[in-house]
Amino acid sequence: MYHYNDFDKAFLAERNRQFRAQVERRIAGNLTEDEFKPLRLMNGLYLQLHAYMLRVAIPYGTLSSAQMDTLALLAQKWDKGYGHFTTRQNIQYNWPKLTDVPDMLDALGEVGMHAIQTSGNTIRNVTADHFAGAAADELEDPRPVAELIRQWSTDHPEFQFMGRKFKIAVSAGVQDRAVLKAHDLAVRIVRNDAGEVGYQVMVGGGLGRTPMIGKVLNDFLPREDLLPYIEATVSVWNQIGRRDNKYKARIKITVHETGLEEFRAQVEERFESVRQTFSGIDQDLLEDIQAHFAPPAFRNAPTVEFDSAYDTNPLFRSWVDTNLTTHRAPGYAIVTVSIKKHGETPGDATADQMRALAEIARQYGHDELRISHEQNVILPHVHKSDLPAVYATLREADLHTANIGLVSDIIACPGMDYCALATARSIPVAQQIATRFDELKLEHDIGHLQIKISGCINACGHHHVGHIGILGLDRAGVENYQVTLGGDATWNAEIGQRAGPGFAYDEIVPAIERLVNGYLELREGPEETFLEAYRRLGLAPFKAHLYPETQANAA
Amino acid sequence: MPRAFTPKVITANALIEGDVIYFTKDDTWTRDLACAEYLTDEAHAQVRLLEAAQQVDLVVGAYLADTSEGENGLEPTHFREEFRRTGPSNYFHGKQADSKQQDGQAA
Repeated sequence: MYHYNDFDKAFLAERNRQFRAQVERRIAGNLTEDEFKPLRLMNGLYLQLHAYMLRVAIPYGTLSSAQMDTLALLAQKWDKGYGHFTTRQNIQYNWPKLTDVPDMLDALGEVGMHAIQTSGNTIRNVTADHFAGAAADELEDPRPVAELIRQWSTDHPEFQFMGRKFKIAVSAGVQDRAVLKAHDLAVRIVRNDAGEVGYQVMVGGGLGRTPMIGKVLNDFLPREDLLPYIEATVSVWNQIGRRDNKYKARIKITVHETGLEEFRAQVEERFESVRQTFSGIDQDLLEDIQAHFAPPAFRNAPTVEFDSAYDTNPLFRSWVDTNLTTHRAPGYAIVTVSIKKHGETPGDATADQMRALAEIARQYGHDELRISHEQNVILPHVHKSDLPAVYATLREADLHTANIGLVSDIIACPGMDYCALATARSIPVAQQIATRFDELKLEHDIGHLQIKISGCINACGHHHVGHIGILGLDRAGVENYQVTLGGDATWNAEIGQRAGPGFAYDEIVPAIERLVNGYLELREGPEETFLEAYRRLGLAPFKAHLYPETQANAA
Repeated sequence: MPRAFTPKVITANALIEGDVIYFTKDDTWTRDLACAEYLTDEAHAQVRLLEAAQQVDLVVGAYLADTSEGENGLEPTHFREEFRRTGPSNYFHGKQADSKQQDGQAA
């Protein structure tokens, strides 16, 4: 894990001191709200429906136990005892008072965390594969590169007042677990034919009002070219991107309107000059950062305890089969802790749960935790012999739900329960769907199925890339939910197809139930997932289940 | 033809707490919609909004919100305003949980 050096600490302390003074000047009436707003946004502070909201970055989703303990402290001391983990590997506090925020930021600073650039038209929190450093299918740990990008982009003078926000993700897996193709810019660590490791750069992906799949801008960059190439890309967009219309300001529109070839040519031209300004110090820095991410000392031990618990405890077995992923080290497993207990708010964890997770990581998990874009918590390095104890501790904290990748493992944005931009609620829809399928006891039979819910077209809930996407809208003063089908968040990224007319708030859960029951009838067997069945059959047969009345009328 | 004016209240968020507040006819702010000034005249509503928005050291983002007068007093006409005056639906937090003592003068 990266540990702040004296420079980082001094930088953060100074930023926090500045923000404290800005808050004081706002309260004293020396700054207007118009003057203060960009300053608070730069420090992650929003004003939402019921209160302020502080969004704290968890760079590339990685946390130490001490950092998780501090997130718990913030929840307990300055909020209402919980926090909300988001689809961009951030945590949001929904109830802070303006006067408390400087103290919250100081507390975060103590453990090397901040809320800088979690809002505003800047380069946002850099996200990464949540299994980084642990996944068996990974070329190398993508986090050193993500940390390098974080350091380069933080307070970068050229990129503080851009036309719009800019999101970057990094991954090195055979599988894409970081939704690379839905990012403004994505870095995929690859090996070329000569056997050298380098970077494939994708650009122009994004969800929101105009969803687009990212395109390859450069197929292979040598290591030393990455940062100047990203700088050239952001710089070209920052200059030619539209500022006349915020809905056309993101780089996906720039690439679309300019054309990929022309955009690439401009980036290459800029790259030639930007490259001259990089002396190679970034590569020295990367080497230093890489040392921080040295793998933990994995131990070689028998797994007898695991085998016997697996054979004798069916609840443990179900959890193991659902929530564990293969680790690259023999005898180890990656544990995904679901914070999607049926009926609870997706992504929410209480202060006590955060402390329990921190303690498990300290005791059994090499002091590491991750937050996934799917709004769950990951213990990336657990030896199998410790799994029975980990499971028992998770049970005590009510964190043992075995539903990863299943129908109740729903992504949901805060929606109109909190968000000032939302047009409808998301959370209660997610709660009701999860509760309903738990009652039906069908979810393990249904298998892998991703439902993603957004409460407005900005698509924080990634609905476009959900196998089933739900978009909450305001139709003539009433909540209305549109369903999209066939979205995919992996390398085969696809934008889901709109199924038809929307559903009222009290109709959406029964509609999803009909749809999933329809899939169970339509599939060739339990091996064929919802998405595979959809790809084989197309929209029509699923539509018949979603809109039975229409079918009856037509017949 | 311009759309007919619908009755309004002035609402905003409190500067320090960030919570939802309403403008009263005494130029103060209340956390209780029932105590808000009910504005039925468009010109008067615009003037009152200007006056409310001048209290920059107390409030953020004052605006006019559609409201109607029902059997139980003032009621929001849009569900967004209903959530603002109640709180979130996933937890018993926000206005629905606030004690009655907080009624009255806000900021």
